[in-house]
Amino acid sequence: MPTETGDRSRESEVGRPRPGVGAGHARPAAHLDRAKVGRTPSSARDPLVALFALAAVLLALASSACRQDMHDQPKYIPLRPSDFFADGRSERPLAEGTVARGHLNGDAEYYTGKGPDGQPVEAFPFPVTKDIIERGGQRFDIYCAPCHGRLGDGGGMIVRRGFRRPPSYHIDRLRNAPSGYLYGVISSGFGAMQDYAAQIEPRDRWAIVAYVRALQLSQNASIGDVPPEAREQLEARK
Amino acid sequence: MSQIFHRSANSFARISIFGAVFMLAFLGWIAFEIDRSPWQTRQAQIREQPVPFSHVHHVGDLGLDCRYCHTTVETSSFANIPPTKTCMNCHSQIWSASPTLEPVRASFRTGTSIRWTRVYDLPDFVYFNHSIHVNKGVGCETCHGRVDRMPLTWQEHSLQMSWCLDCHRQPEKYVRPREFVTALGYQPAGDREEIGRRLVKEYGIQDVRTLTSCNTCHR
Repeated sequence: MPTETGDRSRESEVGRPRPGVGAGHARPAAHLDRAKVGRTPSSARDPLVALFALAAVLLALASSACRQDMHDQPKYIPLRPSDFFADGRSERPLAEGTVARGHLNGDAEYYTGKGPDGQPVEAFPFPVTKDIIERGGQRFDIYCAPCHGRLGDGGGMIVRRGFRRPPSYHIDRLRNAPSGYLYGVISSGFGAMQDYAAQIEPRDRWAIVAYVRALQLSQNASIGDVPPEAREQLEARK
Repeated sequence: MSQIFHRSANSFARISIFGAVFMLAFLGWIAFEIDRSPWQTRQAQIREQPVPFSHVHHVGDLGLDCRYCHTTVETSSFANIPPTKTCMNCHSQIWSASPTLEPVRASFRTGTSIRWTRVYDLPDFVYFNHSIHVNKGVGCETCHGRVDRMPLTWQEHSLQMSWCLDCHRQPEKYVRPREFVTALGYQPAGDREEIGRRLVKEYGIQDVRTLTSCNTCHR
């Protein structure tokens, strides 16, 4: 059918960089031909229909294909792949022998949990406040509780799904372990546990250690540890 | 030469002229609808991934917090797609022989990245920062929907500018207390808007004029 070919020829024109130009007059000769032959009212509307079709295609294209240049600008956003580097990553690993800005990590006790003698430190590198413990509790629930359980007894959900069971925090070995040791386990991993250095900032690791200490106390406390004013409350709840 | 058209053709011409107005309006409306349809915005479309990662399993069933994997969401513009190492925290032991997870193990062995398909892809001319939203009480769920019910991840909302503005115009309708930011299925304890208005004040959320200023998002 002539109409079809006519439409198609106009559609193909859309691909050109000058959309909308000469929409009704793309093929004036053909148009005249048809007008002579047809002599029906419908032939008068023909270019109009074609115009609509063209407009529809243009609009559809305007809303899809054309937008991509501004959408995907030639710049790197986080994790956008790169053709430039062989491994395809725009995010580059540290060059050997360099230190990233702000990551000198000069305070060895704070960043490794170990003293100058290489042994885990007992003391916290900063004063522990209630805020720190609360922050530690929040981070503990995110990163540790999946395996260690919210109570630290080693019965977390991942363990129930088959991960090797970690020891409970409420054993003498871990109650007596220095804080730096717990910090070291978070930072470097232990046994089946992978390190969490990439997931938890050093300050939060210490906060988690503080919270673990609080958990240990909570599971191994006597009534004598409770302040007298809170004791009444506790006894009333019995 | 005789007339080509009969007189009656005039009415066709008139109808066509009037019709053209409606026709163009109709086409405009069609284009508008196409542009905001899921076909165009990719809303609710599951994107193919190298590994069929299930948020239903990890978030819904296991109860992992969003931040276990998306570690930088509170401090960075980018919420972070976890590195392969995070997968291996558990999958070194669990499902460690599963063929489905072979791409993960291969990535861990060889140190090459898994090429995940981005689901939420904002245009590059939009400045978006996760941390400010999360820290001002916009829940993950508000934009990402109930991911704990997504076996495979899809884009919950259209990501159209009008959708962003819905909240930027009336933040009190959407914000929640910070402690519930990663909670899924959060129900406000009381009237949402009343709590919202209090939180907007408490968290120092900017006034609507600033929030809807062009260069808040296009900078």
